[in-house]
Amino acid sequence: MTPARLFLTGARDTLPLILAAIPFGIVYGALATSNGLSQWATLAISLFVYAGSAQFIAVTLLASAAALPVILLTVFVVNLRHMLYAASLMPWVSALPQRMRVLMAFWLTDETYAVVTNRITQDPQLRGLPWYYCGSGLAMYGNWILCTWLGIVLGQRTPNITGWGLDVAMVVAFIGIVVPALQSRAQWACALSAGVCSLLTWDWPHQSGLLLTALVAITVGVVLERRHNRASKVPAFAAETPASQGERSK
Amino acid sequence: MNEWILITGMAALTFGPRYLPLALAGRVRIPPLIEQALRFVPIAVLSAIITQTIFVREGTLDFDLHNAHLLAAVAACIVAWLSRGLFLTVASGMLVYGLTLWLL
Repeated sequence: MTPARLFLTGARDTLPLILAAIPFGIVYGALATSNGLSQWATLAISLFVYAGSAQFIAVTLLASAAALPVILLTVFVVNLRHMLYAASLMPWVSALPQRMRVLMAFWLTDETYAVVTNRITQDPQLRGLPWYYCGSGLAMYGNWILCTWLGIVLGQRTPNITGWGLDVAMVVAFIGIVVPALQSRAQWACALSAGVCSLLTWDWPHQSGLLLTALVAITVGVVLERRHNRASKVPAFAAETPASQGERSK
Repeated sequence: MNEWILITGMAALTFGPRYLPLALAGRVRIPPLIEQALRFVPIAVLSAIITQTIFVREGTLDFDLHNAHLLAAVAACIVAWLSRGLFLTVASGMLVYGLTLWLL
């Protein structure tokens, strides 16, 4: 495939996630301005930070008059999962120039990561992955900025818009990513313990419950996977179902 | 609050974790245990975010069956499991959400 074709394919494969992000972006724009952030700052965060859920959490904390270090620390913690995404992409970028890696890092989101790893699973020999990646990344990014702007405008005319529960689009999109990825018993246990633990800790301050939940759920997953590996005499650190890693929509 | 500091800080703390592993690719190896743990991060974090967004409504836990988010999520789970298609999952979840608001 030519680079241009790859770029367009990446954008096309991201379309379902772009649609799910539209209400999310609009609600962010409306929520940020109604929480006291200026219009230019609301847009600048989408332009220069580009962090989806972390942006939401930041403007929510802003409304509860949280201190700046608390907001920044929370943003950092919420973004830590991207470090894993980047770590798992390491084998595919080791030959690329740093400039390209900077661009890929900036556009690394749950959505683009899901689409790209799905592509890698289907076609491990793929040449020109950066083109595909950037097609997905640019499409998500452009859409996010547009929707933020739309949210700022709509938020002024429709003060109620943040109460419409449009965050449901994000929930169902994440379900569409997580559920097909649940293959092994360890992965199921990890997801279920994350759900239970997040409900036990939901009212902890500054998302500290989310952090503990992640730790507990990851530990559950690792312990079960290692036990399973021991029982079936494979190396302790092997993934229980390597073929399913990153499996997404067809 | 100074918005410049907020934006610059958020940008740095978002870009840093995303870039660091990519920058080091080809130079370092991650210990196997960390790699194994990292594989569970998407499932762990996304499941927690999903659960909290469904059940924490307007500042309290809402286990009521009239919770439209819950009904949409259940529909999305079923469709996601059967179809494995993201587009279909999002569409059916939104449809059920809309129907619930309209009917209840």
